[in-house]
Amino acid sequence: MSEQHIKLPEGSIEKTTTTLNLGPTHPATHGVMQNILELDGERIVSADQTIGYIHRAFEKLAERRPLYQITTLTDRLNYCSAPINNMGWHLTCEKLLGLKIPKRVDYLRVIIMELSRISDHLICNSIVGVDAGAYTGFLYVMQYRELIYEIYEEVCGARLTTNIGRIGGFERNFNDIAFQKLEKFLKEYPKVLKEFENLFQRNRIFMDRTKGTGAISAERALNYGFTGPNLRAAGIDYDVRVHTPYSSYEDFQFNIPIGTTGDNYDRWLVRNQEMWQSLSIIEQAYQRVQEFKGAEAEVYHADAPEYYLPKKEDVYTKMEELIWHFKIVMGETQIPVGEVYNCVEGGNGELGYYLISDGGRTPYRLHFRRPCFVYYQAFEELVKGSMLSDAIMTMSSLNLIAGELDA
Amino acid sequence: MSLTNETIQARLIEKFGDQLSNFETTYGMLSFEAPKEINLKILNFLYDDEALKFRFLTDITGIHYPDNKGRELAVVYHLHNMVDNVRLRFKVFTDINTPDVYTATGLFSAANWMERETYDFLGLNFVGHPHLKRILNVEEMDYFPLRKEFPLEDQTRIDKDDEMFGRG
Repeated sequence: MSEQHIKLPEGSIEKTTTTLNLGPTHPATHGVMQNILELDGERIVSADQTIGYIHRAFEKLAERRPLYQITTLTDRLNYCSAPINNMGWHLTCEKLLGLKIPKRVDYLRVIIMELSRISDHLICNSIVGVDAGAYTGFLYVMQYRELIYEIYEEVCGARLTTNIGRIGGFERNFNDIAFQKLEKFLKEYPKVLKEFENLFQRNRIFMDRTKGTGAISAERALNYGFTGPNLRAAGIDYDVRVHTPYSSYEDFQFNIPIGTTGDNYDRWLVRNQEMWQSLSIIEQAYQRVQEFKGAEAEVYHADAPEYYLPKKEDVYTKMEELIWHFKIVMGETQIPVGEVYNCVEGGNGELGYYLISDGGRTPYRLHFRRPCFVYYQAFEELVKGSMLSDAIMTMSSLNLIAGELDA
Repeated sequence: MSLTNETIQARLIEKFGDQLSNFETTYGMLSFEAPKEINLKILNFLYDDEALKFRFLTDITGIHYPDNKGRELAVVYHLHNMVDNVRLRFKVFTDINTPDVYTATGLFSAANWMERETYDFLGLNFVGHPHLKRILNVEEMDYFPLRKEFPLEDQTRIDKDDEMFGRG
């Protein structure tokens, strides 16, 4: 074999470090993204991230879609908590249109959003466990994520990419089965979460693997644009639900758990505590939903004929409704001119929608502020000088979701 | 005392005078326009000023206005003062033939990828950026897909008559 067959890059014989391709399809990336690591023994000298493997041009697509058709795009951002994305989008549209949403709808939305926050954190925390070698917790809690998905299914018919809700409210009222499943979840889940917590929180092996690794100071985290649990783990109590309450979050009592060191262990703890807080919010919201009496207890959408699809039987029997139905489905309603930035607390942090409308049927420009995309750039700083195995833990505890990264 | 949009506007005008224009408050958020040469001065002022403290960069993105001759491209900055919980937005416009805007990476590490994304999709050239290359699209791409000259649907299609729906 002549030397011609192997073409090595310049200087690759002399160099003392090893180049390692982590990804794009490595099991530890939990999504399609690449890290080119430069290793000195087992220590990381530098990391270069390549992203964009599942880029689907949502911002461009959105420029040709009427508002209601964009909901399906938002599903596919952070697919571990799709309902939060959907609701965030509806809230953005409602802000632009100036719709007033009934309280009951707000509370129902809060229930759904907090359920999906639980399912998001549950995935992240249990995956951190898997990457540390603890598979049991992951399999155990999946049952309860399944239960959450069953609740979505009762509400909107879908499980993962939910397309839940509409501009103005929900597509239909919650049925009895949905509430029964919710009650079952509220009854059984705390015990399971406690057990899950016991499995990890004071587990010596788990603590040794996560404590002090992937740490970031509060100052650096802010400079890097961290939001959500990752920022709170560094000790900053910023939460969109409290700072700019949307969907009546101001009606509920809850705490913002924060960490101190911003390392993998703190991130795990913050997410774990947030699940308890979410549970408490769901309980409060469910209680308030039950307090509605009479006609109010049947409200599940705002009165917005231009954007909210009329009842099917009315479409068949009434002229006005038929026209609205047709106009909405064809996406022929004129949207008002304006620029609006709206954000919600997504599973990973501040999920922002910057919507520019110049009238017409579609947005002029839509930009998603994806928390994942913003904080993943800190990865190199987080893992530099640490061991390869810690980088894996850091990646999973940051909760990187490829869909959100690449939009 | 909490920071109001009027106070911010007064502070900015006091510092930059009539260089800033189009102040308006829409949906509760203050927004204005600035010449592209002083974008860093504004960011630094907003960051350092003891009263303003806009020290969190929420977002950088770009917009293409093809009909806006001489100022076709815009860079939009969203900033957040977390202490007083106030947000603001400002835009700088640039000519599409010389889309050079100073980078904010010196001030915010978060600006790195945001600017790369803006470059990737709209071709805005951030002067001084440490690593300005495409981020989501392939490096071989030789156009900027979010510019308005790339419509999503083929405008010449004749099999689809949408005239009844006002699309022409």
